[in-house]
Amino acid sequence: MSAIPEVARTLPPPLGEGRGGGPRADEAPGRRPPSRPSPRGGRATWWVMVALLAICVLAPLLNLAVPAGHPLHLSDYAVALIGKIMCYAIAALAMDLIWGYTGILSLGHGVFFALGGYAMGMYLMRQIGRDGNYQSELPDFMVFLDWKALPWHWSLSDSFAATLVFIVAVPGLLAFVFGWFAFRSRIKGVYFSIITQALTYAAMLLFFRNETGFGGNNGFTDFKRILGIPIAQPATRMALFVLTGLTLVGFFLLARWIVASKFGRVLQAIRDAESRVMFTGYDPLRYKLAVWTLSAVMCGIAGALYVPQVGIINPGEMSPAASIEIAIWTAVGGRASLVGPILGAFFVNGAKSWFTQVMPEFWLYFLGALFIAVTLFLPNGIVGLLRRRAKPEEPA
Amino acid sequence: MPSPRLMTVVRLVLAAFAALAAFAAEALTADQVRAMAAGENDDRAAAIAAAAASGDPQAPAFLQALLDDAVRTAGDKVFVVRDGKAVDAASGAPATLPADAEDVVNSNRMRREIESALASLKLLSPDAAQRAAAIRELRDGADEARLPLIEKAWTAETDAALKAELGLLRASVLIGAAERGKRLEAAHTLAASDSPAIRALLLERLKPEAETDPEVRGRLQLALQSIESRLAWGERLGVAFTGVSLGSVLLLVALGLAITYGLMGVINMAHGELMMIGAYATWLVQNAFRSALPAYFDWYILAAVPAAFLASALVGAVLERGVIRFLYGRPLETLLATWGISLVLMQAVRSLFGAQNVQVENPAWLSGGVAAMSNLTLPFNRIAIIAFAALVLAALALLVARTRLGLFVRGVTQNRPMASCMGVNTARVDTYAFALGSGIAGLAGCALSQVGNVGPDLGQGYIVDAFMVVVLGGVGQLAGTVYAALGLGVLNKLLEGWQGAVLAKITVLVLIVVFIQKRPQGLFAMKGRSAEG
Repeated sequence: MSAIPEVARTLPPPLGEGRGGGPRADEAPGRRPPSRPSPRGGRATWWVMVALLAICVLAPLLNLAVPAGHPLHLSDYAVALIGKIMCYAIAALAMDLIWGYTGILSLGHGVFFALGGYAMGMYLMRQIGRDGNYQSELPDFMVFLDWKALPWHWSLSDSFAATLVFIVAVPGLLAFVFGWFAFRSRIKGVYFSIITQALTYAAMLLFFRNETGFGGNNGFTDFKRILGIPIAQPATRMALFVLTGLTLVGFFLLARWIVASKFGRVLQAIRDAESRVMFTGYDPLRYKLAVWTLSAVMCGIAGALYVPQVGIINPGEMSPAASIEIAIWTAVGGRASLVGPILGAFFVNGAKSWFTQVMPEFWLYFLGALFIAVTLFLPNGIVGLLRRRAKPEEPA
Repeated sequence: MPSPRLMTVVRLVLAAFAALAAFAAEALTADQVRAMAAGENDDRAAAIAAAAASGDPQAPAFLQALLDDAVRTAGDKVFVVRDGKAVDAASGAPATLPADAEDVVNSNRMRREIESALASLKLLSPDAAQRAAAIRELRDGADEARLPLIEKAWTAETDAALKAELGLLRASVLIGAAERGKRLEAAHTLAASDSPAIRALLLERLKPEAETDPEVRGRLQLALQSIESRLAWGERLGVAFTGVSLGSVLLLVALGLAITYGLMGVINMAHGELMMIGAYATWLVQNAFRSALPAYFDWYILAAVPAAFLASALVGAVLERGVIRFLYGRPLETLLATWGISLVLMQAVRSLFGAQNVQVENPAWLSGGVAAMSNLTLPFNRIAIIAFAALVLAALALLVARTRLGLFVRGVTQNRPMASCMGVNTARVDTYAFALGSGIAGLAGCALSQVGNVGPDLGQGYIVDAFMVVVLGGVGQLAGTVYAALGLGVLNKLLEGWQGAVLAKITVLVLIVVFIQKRPQGLFAMKGRSAEG
């Protein structure tokens, strides 16, 4: 095209910036007065804390202590489901930090989730020991591929301590390197989203290959024990469940602290007007990179907690669709509120398991409609809806 | 039963003399005919091979009759029965079929013998096309026994191309000959070949135990090298062609996006699903033709192209009016909403047509291909897609540059308020532009249905690639999209030959990400602060 459109394009935005809330507010987080309720001390926050802690206490009691058949008994299925959703909630919380508070939509968070999961999965595969189908020291899929020795990247996988380091370091490092390049060249908005999508897509293709050494299509499954303890044992499952719940609470508190801190304030300023943040002397690169890496690490930890509870990890977790789903949990719950992503993860995944049981063919209709409805009618998600209910005189 | 056999032999000899007396020297004798039609398999095979080697002009007809199971024997007589009329196989004179005539039964082995004998005989056929076919047939199974015939054909051959082929054929037999001189000559001749089969033959001969003479080995090496360099050209051209072919598919996929994303700034994640709708429209048109107009089935694609365009354009217009309209200027929200739309569309197609892939057949004139080189065949459907992509590109460029709608689209893209002030109905132009982009997606789907599977998730496989093309090519310009699509296509195929399909794709994605690091602004034509959205 000619030079004319470029000139024309440069004209309106400065006006918008001048007005503060004009077209600039169209940017990522929607038309919202910047984080009106202070994240500290909100009543909703306490409710979430209480609810999560209650789940952590009640679920083991109702599942283990109450006999099956009693009306208050919580089935193993329900425990597994809630445990899984709590992992998702951590991922949604991570997404909220980067998207809701910093205005960067990642469509590749699934890759961090899966990397954490794969790190844990490698350890669990080694824990199988000689109890696999082929009674070999090597994981079954390697025997199947006729490999004679562990590939180099499996060398530390039998150590739980090293695994813990990998769970944090691998997603963190990938995010740091990727983010450093992306933010340094000031890729933002939709372009960043599309590149992150390409990232997770490429990773998925890589992990699908048998030669990569991560079990190809099937990934890892058939885990037997963790730290030498049988993994299917009710007490182990419960321990993982409670650990997940406490991790979620921990990350929730961490996110609350971050958002209220000066660091968090700068993040929100970057979201609302990055150029102005730059002009006032801040370097957005550091802030964005820090929160991006933290978000990836949170996702990795969520993935690591997810794998032993669900019992499988495969490259499907890295599909672009899986990553977009993380975004939709956050969007449904409400961006830029810490309660939102947790609510959203529970609501969407609860609906998913209900639909897939009752009428599986309608699940995608529901999910698709949810995407459309939330973007069109509920820019602030469920939380926004609740707030509007609570204070009808204040337009949300 | 020796005695009747002896009797027949005696009578046969007598008959042979009679026949010799009756006919010209070059004709099948009753003796030969008898030997080919009856007796032990080994004897028959030898007789057939002898007849083939003799190059007898009557032999093809008789061998064909044998192959067609039209030969009967009765005692020492052999008859050919066609259309209920019997003739004596040797003399060709009409005869009455005796009541006790027996069918000649050919085992599979005999059939093979007869077929290859026929092929060698066809080498001498007056029809050049038949000779060419015979050479092709003999390529796989030529052995020393056929050498005399091949040499005969070679000396008699007048067509230069066929003579060269025969020379290669002769050389490929001679390469195993006992005399060293012949082997040397053969190696020299074979160097002119460009066929992978000859390369395999040379490799076979170059095994240490196959050829011991150092000079012949040297010649063989040279011949192999010259063949390989010729084959390498075929391979290179093949890579270039598949690359351009992939590029043209990417171009078709990305052209629609170049409008909806490039011109309108709408991140349409449902683009792939609009392609899928186009492919399903093609399938429906195909089915309609099959049931209503089977005679014109080969031309269904001509009706499918506009149908695919209209179906996708209609869905696109509805989407624009219903959803996307409310999200202009909020790209991230558009992205999520269109992703939701894509889920709904996929599931809708699953509910309507089932989750399985559907069968879209190529019309007859799009199947097959043209053999450009011995190891390079260009499929017609791929060629057609390249041409189709070029056509769509030209039409789109004309539409944007020369028509009133194109003018409005450009005007609205460049300055919406100003266009509106000039009386342009911007809302309607948005709808048209989006429908146009969607319709082109439908065309892409129609094209893809000719080369790939058509299923509900057809679009999913292309969406990331398509965005890569648009992002790489730069927003708002068709030319950039063309370069990016063809460049990515060729690059992908080049890398594929080198490191396999999956790694090639990953490498390309990584390269794009790295490239975007280098030139983030240059790639997106949007300049200034509006690019920050």
